[in-house]
Amino acid sequence: MSWMVWTLPTAVFFSTIAAMLAGMTAWEVISPSVERKGFLPIVTTRGDRLFIGLLSAAYIHLAVIGFTSLSIWLALAVSVVWLLILMRWG
Amino acid sequence: MNKVQSNKAWFLVLPMLLLVAFSAIIPLMTVVNYSVQDVFDPNTRFFTGTEWFVAMLNDPALQGALLRQFAFSFTILAIQIPLGIGIALLMPKQGWRASLVLILVTLPLLIPWNVVGSIWQIFTRGDIGLMGWGLRELGYGYNITRNPLDAWATIILMDVWHWTPLIALLCYSGLRSIPEAYYQAARIDRASRWAVFRYIQLPKLTNVLVIGVLLRFMHSFMIYAEPFVLTGGGPGSSTTFLSQSLAIMAIAQFDVGPSAAFSLIYFLIILLVCWVFYTAIMNLQKDKS
Repeated sequence: MSWMVWTLPTAVFFSTIAAMLAGMTAWEVISPSVERKGFLPIVTTRGDRLFIGLLSAAYIHLAVIGFTSLSIWLALAVSVVWLLILMRWG
Repeated sequence: MNKVQSNKAWFLVLPMLLLVAFSAIIPLMTVVNYSVQDVFDPNTRFFTGTEWFVAMLNDPALQGALLRQFAFSFTILAIQIPLGIGIALLMPKQGWRASLVLILVTLPLLIPWNVVGSIWQIFTRGDIGLMGWGLRELGYGYNITRNPLDAWATIILMDVWHWTPLIALLCYSGLRSIPEAYYQAARIDRASRWAVFRYIQLPKLTNVLVIGVLLRFMHSFMIYAEPFVLTGGGPGSSTTFLSQSLAIMAIAQFDVGPSAAFSLIYFLIILLVCWVFYTAIMNLQKDKS
Protein backbone atom coordinates (compact mmCIF):
# COMPACT_ATOMS: atom_id res chain seq x y z
CA MET A 1 0.00 0.00 0.00
CA SER A 2 2.97 2.33 0.32
CA TRP A 3 2.80 3.17 -3.40
CA MET A 4 -0.55 4.81 -2.74
CA VAL A 5 1.21 7.34 -0.47
CA TRP A 6 -1.63 7.55 2.04
CA THR A 7 -1.97 10.50 4.39
CA LEU A 8 -4.26 10.77 7.38
CA PRO A 9 -6.58 13.44 5.88
CA THR A 10 -7.14 11.51 2.66
CA ALA A 11 -7.67 8.26 4.59
CA VAL A 12 -10.31 9.99 6.73
CA PHE A 13 -11.87 11.45 3.57
CA PHE A 14 -12.19 8.09 1.82
CA SER A 15 -13.37 6.31 4.97
CA THR A 16 -16.12 8.90 5.32
CA ILE A 17 -17.21 8.41 1.71
CA ALA A 18 -17.16 4.62 2.13
CA ALA A 19 -19.14 4.90 5.37
CA MET A 20 -21.67 7.15 3.61
CA LEU A 21 -22.12 4.62 0.79
CA ALA A 22 -22.47 1.75 3.26
CA GLY A 23 -24.94 3.80 5.30
CA MET A 24 -26.97 4.66 2.20
CA THR A 25 -27.10 0.97 1.27
CA ALA A 26 -28.32 -0.02 4.74
CA TRP A 27 -30.89 2.80 4.69
CA GLU A 28 -32.11 1.67 1.27
CA VAL A 29 -32.56 -1.91 2.53
CA ILE A 30 -34.44 -0.78 5.65
CA SER A 31 -36.67 1.73 3.88
CA PRO A 32 -36.40 1.92 0.07
CA SER A 33 -36.04 5.42 -1.35
CA VAL A 34 -39.00 7.06 -3.09
CA GLU A 35 -38.46 9.56 -5.90
CA ARG A 36 -39.74 12.97 -4.90
CA LYS A 37 -39.51 16.60 -5.82
CA GLY A 38 -38.27 19.13 -3.29
CA PHE A 39 -36.79 22.56 -3.90
CA LEU A 40 -34.51 21.22 -6.62
CA PRO A 41 -36.01 21.61 -10.11
CA ILE A 42 -35.77 17.87 -10.74
CA VAL A 43 -37.25 14.71 -9.25
CA THR A 44 -34.55 13.01 -7.18
CA THR A 45 -33.96 9.89 -5.12
CA ARG A 46 -31.91 9.86 -1.94
CA GLY A 47 -28.81 8.75 -3.84
CA ASP A 48 -29.22 11.56 -6.39
CA ARG A 49 -29.37 14.10 -3.59
CA LEU A 50 -26.25 12.66 -1.94
CA PHE A 51 -24.42 12.84 -5.27
CA ILE A 52 -25.52 16.44 -5.85
CA GLY A 53 -24.49 17.29 -2.28
CA LEU A 54 -21.03 15.73 -2.63
CA LEU A 55 -20.41 17.29 -6.03
CA SER A 56 -21.40 20.74 -4.81
CA ALA A 57 -19.27 20.17 -1.70
CA ALA A 58 -16.26 19.64 -3.99
CA TYR A 59 -16.97 22.92 -5.78
CA ILE A 60 -17.56 24.79 -2.52
CA HIS A 61 -14.17 23.61 -1.26
CA LEU A 62 -12.43 24.55 -4.50
CA ALA A 63 -14.03 28.00 -4.52
CA VAL A 64 -13.14 28.69 -0.89
CA ILE A 65 -9.52 27.57 -1.03
CA GLY A 66 -8.88 28.83 -4.54
CA PHE A 67 -10.42 32.27 -4.52
CA THR A 68 -10.75 33.33 -0.87
CA SER A 69 -8.43 33.30 2.13
CA LEU A 70 -11.08 31.69 4.36
CA SER A 71 -10.36 28.48 6.25
CA ILE A 72 -11.08 25.15 4.58
CA TRP A 73 -13.01 24.17 7.72
CA LEU A 74 -15.54 26.85 6.87
CA ALA A 75 -15.98 25.23 3.45
CA LEU A 76 -16.46 21.87 5.17
CA ALA A 77 -19.06 23.29 7.58
CA VAL A 78 -20.98 24.98 4.75
CA SER A 79 -20.86 21.74 2.72
CA VAL A 80 -22.18 19.62 5.58
CA VAL A 81 -25.04 22.02 6.27
CA TRP A 82 -25.83 22.19 2.54
CA LEU A 83 -25.76 18.39 2.28
CA LEU A 84 -28.16 18.03 5.20
CA ILE A 85 -30.55 20.63 3.75
CA LEU A 86 -30.37 18.87 0.40
CA MET A 87 -31.05 15.44 1.88
CA ARG A 88 -34.02 16.69 3.88
CA TRP A 89 -35.72 19.21 1.59
CA GLY A 90 -34.03 18.81 -1.82
CA MET B 1 -50.83 -8.74 -5.33
CA ASN B 2 -47.66 -9.91 -3.72
CA LYS B 3 -44.67 -8.38 -5.42
CA VAL B 4 -41.38 -9.75 -4.18
CA GLN B 5 -38.47 -7.43 -4.65
CA SER B 6 -35.15 -9.17 -4.93
CA ASN B 7 -31.86 -7.34 -5.28
CA LYS B 8 -29.78 -10.48 -5.67
CA ALA B 9 -28.98 -9.61 -9.28
CA TRP B 10 -26.66 -6.92 -7.95
CA PHE B 11 -24.20 -9.66 -6.97
CA LEU B 12 -23.70 -10.32 -10.68
CA VAL B 13 -22.25 -6.81 -10.96
CA LEU B 14 -19.53 -7.61 -8.40
CA PRO B 15 -16.86 -8.83 -10.88
CA MET B 16 -17.29 -5.63 -12.87
CA LEU B 17 -17.05 -3.60 -9.68
CA LEU B 18 -13.79 -5.32 -8.79
CA LEU B 19 -12.40 -4.63 -12.24
CA VAL B 20 -13.40 -0.96 -12.05
CA ALA B 21 -11.91 -0.75 -8.57
CA PHE B 22 -8.53 -1.82 -9.89
CA SER B 23 -8.65 0.10 -13.15
CA ALA B 24 -10.24 3.34 -11.96
CA ILE B 25 -11.13 3.75 -8.30
CA ILE B 26 -7.80 2.79 -6.71
CA PRO B 27 -5.76 4.88 -9.19
CA LEU B 28 -8.12 7.80 -8.60
CA MET B 29 -7.65 7.46 -4.83
CA THR B 30 -3.91 7.52 -5.39
CA VAL B 31 -4.26 10.72 -7.40
CA VAL B 32 -6.15 12.26 -4.48
CA ASN B 33 -3.31 11.22 -2.17
CA TYR B 34 -0.70 12.73 -4.48
CA SER B 35 -2.62 15.97 -4.78
CA VAL B 36 -2.10 16.90 -1.13
CA GLN B 37 1.60 16.07 -0.97
CA ASP B 38 4.96 16.86 -2.49
CA VAL B 39 6.15 13.35 -3.35
CA PHE B 40 9.75 12.63 -4.31
CA ASP B 41 9.56 8.91 -3.60
CA PRO B 42 7.38 6.83 -1.25
CA ASN B 43 9.71 7.56 1.68
CA THR B 44 10.44 11.21 0.95
CA ARG B 45 7.21 13.13 0.87
CA PHE B 46 5.80 16.22 2.50
CA PHE B 47 2.22 17.07 3.30
CA THR B 48 1.27 20.28 1.51
CA GLY B 49 -2.49 20.35 2.17
CA THR B 50 -4.38 22.54 -0.27
CA GLU B 51 -1.31 24.35 -1.64
CA TRP B 52 -1.38 22.69 -5.09
CA PHE B 53 -5.09 23.34 -5.51
CA VAL B 54 -4.62 27.04 -4.71
CA ALA B 55 -1.72 27.24 -7.17
CA MET B 56 -3.58 25.42 -9.95
CA LEU B 57 -6.81 27.41 -9.59
CA ASN B 58 -4.91 30.69 -9.78
CA ASP B 59 -2.58 29.76 -12.64
CA PRO B 60 -3.37 32.09 -15.58
CA ALA B 61 -2.01 29.59 -18.12
CA LEU B 62 -4.39 26.89 -16.89
CA GLN B 63 -7.33 29.30 -16.72
CA GLY B 64 -6.62 30.21 -20.33
CA ALA B 65 -6.43 26.54 -21.31
CA LEU B 66 -9.75 25.90 -19.57
CA LEU B 67 -11.49 28.73 -21.43
CA ARG B 68 -10.05 27.56 -24.75
CA GLN B 69 -11.16 24.04 -23.93
CA PHE B 70 -14.76 25.09 -23.37
CA ALA B 71 -14.72 27.27 -26.49
CA PHE B 72 -13.40 24.33 -28.50
CA SER B 73 -15.84 21.76 -27.12
CA PHE B 74 -18.91 23.93 -27.60
CA THR B 75 -17.86 25.02 -31.08
CA ILE B 76 -17.39 21.47 -32.33
CA LEU B 77 -20.66 20.37 -30.71
CA ALA B 78 -22.52 23.25 -32.35
CA ILE B 79 -21.15 22.18 -35.72
CA GLN B 80 -21.08 18.40 -35.43
CA ILE B 81 -24.55 17.73 -34.01
CA PRO B 82 -26.60 19.56 -36.70
CA LEU B 83 -24.21 18.41 -39.43
CA GLY B 84 -24.37 14.80 -38.22
CA ILE B 85 -28.18 14.85 -38.18
CA GLY B 86 -28.18 16.38 -41.65
CA ILE B 87 -25.86 13.72 -43.06
CA ALA B 88 -27.90 10.95 -41.44
CA LEU B 89 -31.08 12.31 -43.05
CA LEU B 90 -29.44 12.37 -46.46
CA MET B 91 -27.96 8.87 -46.28
CA PRO B 92 -29.70 6.28 -48.51
CA LYS B 93 -31.96 3.91 -46.59
CA GLN B 94 -31.32 0.59 -48.32
CA GLY B 95 -29.59 -1.26 -51.11
CA TRP B 96 -25.93 -1.24 -52.09
CA ARG B 97 -25.82 2.54 -51.93
CA ALA B 98 -26.61 2.42 -48.19
CA SER B 99 -23.71 0.04 -47.54
CA LEU B 100 -21.32 2.08 -49.69
CA VAL B 101 -22.24 5.37 -48.02
CA LEU B 102 -21.99 3.78 -44.57
CA ILE B 103 -18.44 2.62 -45.30
CA LEU B 104 -17.40 5.97 -46.77
CA VAL B 105 -18.87 7.89 -43.84
CA THR B 106 -17.24 5.60 -41.28
CA LEU B 107 -13.75 5.81 -42.74
CA PRO B 108 -12.51 8.83 -40.73
CA LEU B 109 -13.54 7.10 -37.49
CA LEU B 110 -11.15 4.24 -38.18
CA ILE B 111 -8.08 6.44 -38.31
CA PRO B 112 -6.02 6.72 -35.10
CA TRP B 113 -5.75 10.14 -33.48
CA ASN B 114 -2.05 10.59 -34.16
CA VAL B 115 -2.49 9.70 -37.81
CA VAL B 116 -5.35 12.18 -38.14
CA GLY B 117 -3.03 14.84 -36.74
CA SER B 118 -0.28 13.87 -39.20
CA ILE B 119 -2.65 13.76 -42.17
CA TRP B 120 -3.85 17.27 -41.42
CA GLN B 121 -0.37 18.49 -40.63
CA ILE B 122 0.73 17.50 -44.12
CA PHE B 123 -2.57 18.60 -45.69
CA THR B 124 -2.15 22.13 -44.32
CA ARG B 125 1.52 22.63 -45.13
CA GLY B 126 2.13 25.58 -47.40
CA ASP B 127 4.68 23.86 -49.62
CA ILE B 128 3.37 20.31 -50.16
CA GLY B 129 -0.08 20.22 -48.53
CA LEU B 130 -3.07 20.45 -50.83
CA MET B 131 -5.10 22.74 -48.57
CA GLY B 132 -2.19 24.92 -47.44
CA TRP B 133 -0.80 25.28 -50.94
CA GLY B 134 -4.25 25.77 -52.45
CA LEU B 135 -5.26 28.53 -50.04
CA ARG B 136 -1.97 30.32 -50.63
CA GLU B 137 -2.39 30.08 -54.38
CA LEU B 138 -5.84 31.61 -53.94
CA GLY B 139 -4.18 34.56 -52.27
CA TYR B 140 -4.83 33.87 -48.58
CA GLY B 141 -1.69 33.83 -46.43
CA TYR B 142 -2.69 30.65 -44.64
CA ASN B 143 -0.22 29.62 -41.91
CA ILE B 144 -1.17 27.55 -38.88
CA THR B 145 2.20 28.01 -37.22
CA ARG B 146 1.92 31.79 -37.20
CA ASN B 147 -1.76 32.74 -37.29
CA PRO B 148 -3.85 31.60 -34.27
CA LEU B 149 -7.10 31.99 -36.21
CA ASP B 150 -5.86 29.63 -38.94
CA ALA B 151 -4.74 27.14 -36.30
CA TRP B 152 -8.12 27.24 -34.60
CA ALA B 153 -10.10 26.91 -37.81
CA THR B 154 -7.93 23.98 -38.87
CA ILE B 155 -8.27 22.14 -35.56
CA ILE B 156 -12.04 22.58 -35.60
CA LEU B 157 -12.22 21.47 -39.22
CA MET B 158 -10.09 18.44 -38.37
CA ASP B 159 -12.28 17.46 -35.45
CA VAL B 160 -15.44 17.93 -37.51
CA TRP B 161 -13.94 15.74 -40.22
CA HIS B 162 -12.89 13.07 -37.74
CA TRP B 163 -15.95 12.89 -35.50
CA THR B 164 -19.07 14.08 -37.34
CA PRO B 165 -19.37 10.52 -38.77
CA LEU B 166 -19.96 9.24 -35.24
CA ILE B 167 -22.98 11.51 -34.82
CA ALA B 168 -24.15 10.66 -38.32
CA LEU B 169 -23.92 6.93 -37.61
CA LEU B 170 -25.73 7.22 -34.28
CA CYS B 171 -28.50 9.29 -35.88
CA TYR B 172 -28.69 6.93 -38.86
CA SER B 173 -29.32 3.97 -36.54
CA GLY B 174 -31.86 6.06 -34.62
CA LEU B 175 -33.66 6.96 -37.83
CA ARG B 176 -33.73 3.33 -38.98
CA SER B 177 -35.56 2.32 -35.80
CA ILE B 178 -38.57 4.53 -36.57
CA PRO B 179 -41.46 2.30 -37.75
CA GLU B 180 -42.73 3.01 -41.27
CA ALA B 181 -46.24 3.51 -39.83
CA TYR B 182 -45.24 6.90 -38.44
CA TYR B 183 -44.29 8.13 -41.91
CA GLN B 184 -47.49 6.71 -43.40
CA ALA B 185 -49.54 8.56 -40.78
CA ALA B 186 -47.61 11.74 -41.56
CA ARG B 187 -48.33 11.32 -45.28
CA ILE B 188 -52.03 10.85 -44.58
CA ASP B 189 -51.99 14.09 -42.58
CA ARG B 190 -50.04 15.73 -45.43
CA ALA B 191 -47.36 16.76 -42.96
CA SER B 192 -44.56 18.89 -44.38
CA ARG B 193 -40.98 17.61 -44.52
CA TRP B 194 -40.14 19.94 -41.61
CA ALA B 195 -43.08 18.67 -39.52
CA VAL B 196 -41.95 15.08 -40.10
CA PHE B 197 -38.48 15.98 -38.92
CA ARG B 198 -39.62 18.07 -35.96
CA TYR B 199 -42.37 15.79 -34.59
CA ILE B 200 -41.33 12.29 -35.69
CA GLN B 201 -37.62 12.08 -36.38
CA LEU B 202 -36.16 14.49 -33.85
CA PRO B 203 -38.05 13.09 -30.81
CA LYS B 204 -36.97 9.57 -31.81
CA LEU B 205 -33.39 10.78 -32.09
CA THR B 206 -33.27 12.24 -28.58
CA ASN B 207 -31.81 9.11 -27.01
CA VAL B 208 -28.99 8.67 -29.49
CA LEU B 209 -28.31 12.40 -29.44
CA VAL B 210 -27.90 12.33 -25.65
CA ILE B 211 -25.26 9.65 -26.05
CA GLY B 212 -23.74 11.47 -29.01
CA VAL B 213 -23.49 14.81 -27.21
CA LEU B 214 -22.06 13.19 -24.08
CA LEU B 215 -19.49 11.17 -26.01
CA ARG B 216 -18.45 14.08 -28.18
CA PHE B 217 -18.25 16.46 -25.23
CA MET B 218 -16.07 14.14 -23.16
CA HIS B 219 -13.96 13.21 -26.17
CA SER B 220 -13.37 16.79 -27.20
CA PHE B 221 -12.81 17.91 -23.63
CA MET B 222 -9.98 15.39 -23.37
CA ILE B 223 -8.57 15.98 -26.85
CA TYR B 224 -4.82 15.56 -26.89
CA ALA B 225 -3.08 13.83 -29.79
CA GLU B 226 -4.64 15.68 -32.72
CA PRO B 227 -3.79 19.30 -31.78
CA PHE B 228 -0.51 18.09 -30.32
CA VAL B 229 0.57 16.67 -33.66
CA LEU B 230 -1.02 19.39 -35.79
CA THR B 231 -0.01 22.58 -33.99
CA GLY B 232 1.85 21.44 -30.87
CA GLY B 233 -0.41 23.79 -28.92
CA GLY B 234 0.79 26.84 -30.81
CA PRO B 235 1.19 29.43 -32.10
CA GLY B 236 2.17 30.55 -28.61
CA SER B 237 -0.35 28.77 -26.43
CA SER B 238 -3.39 29.61 -28.55
CA THR B 239 -4.36 25.97 -29.13
CA THR B 240 -3.02 24.45 -25.92
CA PHE B 241 -5.92 22.58 -24.36
CA LEU B 242 -6.28 21.13 -20.88
CA SER B 243 -4.86 17.66 -21.42
CA GLN B 244 -1.78 19.06 -23.12
CA SER B 245 -1.14 21.44 -20.22
CA LEU B 246 -1.55 18.47 -17.92
CA ALA B 247 0.82 16.27 -19.93
CA ILE B 248 3.51 18.95 -19.93
CA MET B 249 3.21 19.28 -16.17
CA ALA B 250 2.97 15.59 -15.30
CA ILE B 251 5.31 14.00 -17.84
CA ALA B 252 7.68 16.66 -19.08
CA GLN B 253 8.24 18.40 -15.75
CA PHE B 254 7.27 15.48 -13.50
CA ASP B 255 5.36 17.74 -11.08
CA VAL B 256 3.13 14.94 -9.79
CA GLY B 257 1.59 16.92 -6.92
CA PRO B 258 0.35 19.91 -8.95
CA SER B 259 -0.73 17.72 -11.85
CA ALA B 260 -2.70 15.47 -9.49
CA ALA B 261 -4.51 18.52 -8.12
CA PHE B 262 -5.10 19.73 -11.66
CA SER B 263 -6.40 16.29 -12.74
CA LEU B 264 -8.94 16.32 -9.93
CA ILE B 265 -10.21 19.77 -10.93
CA TYR B 266 -10.37 18.58 -14.56
CA PHE B 267 -12.28 15.46 -13.44
CA LEU B 268 -14.76 17.50 -11.39
CA ILE B 269 -15.51 19.76 -14.35
CA ILE B 270 -16.18 16.77 -16.63
CA LEU B 271 -18.29 15.13 -13.94
CA LEU B 272 -20.41 18.25 -13.45
CA VAL B 273 -20.94 18.98 -17.14
CA CYS B 274 -21.86 15.37 -17.94
CA TRP B 275 -24.24 15.16 -15.02
CA VAL B 276 -25.96 18.40 -16.03
CA PHE B 277 -26.26 17.27 -19.66
CA TYR B 278 -27.59 13.88 -18.70
CA THR B 279 -30.08 15.14 -16.10
CA ALA B 280 -31.35 17.94 -18.30
CA ILE B 281 -32.00 15.73 -21.30
CA MET B 282 -33.45 12.84 -19.30
CA ASN B 283 -35.86 15.24 -17.58
CA LEU B 284 -36.88 16.82 -20.86
CA GLN B 285 -37.95 13.36 -21.97
CA LYS B 286 -39.79 12.65 -18.74
CA ASP B 287 -41.78 15.89 -19.08
CA LYS B 288 -42.82 14.93 -22.58
CA SER B 289 -44.09 11.47 -21.65
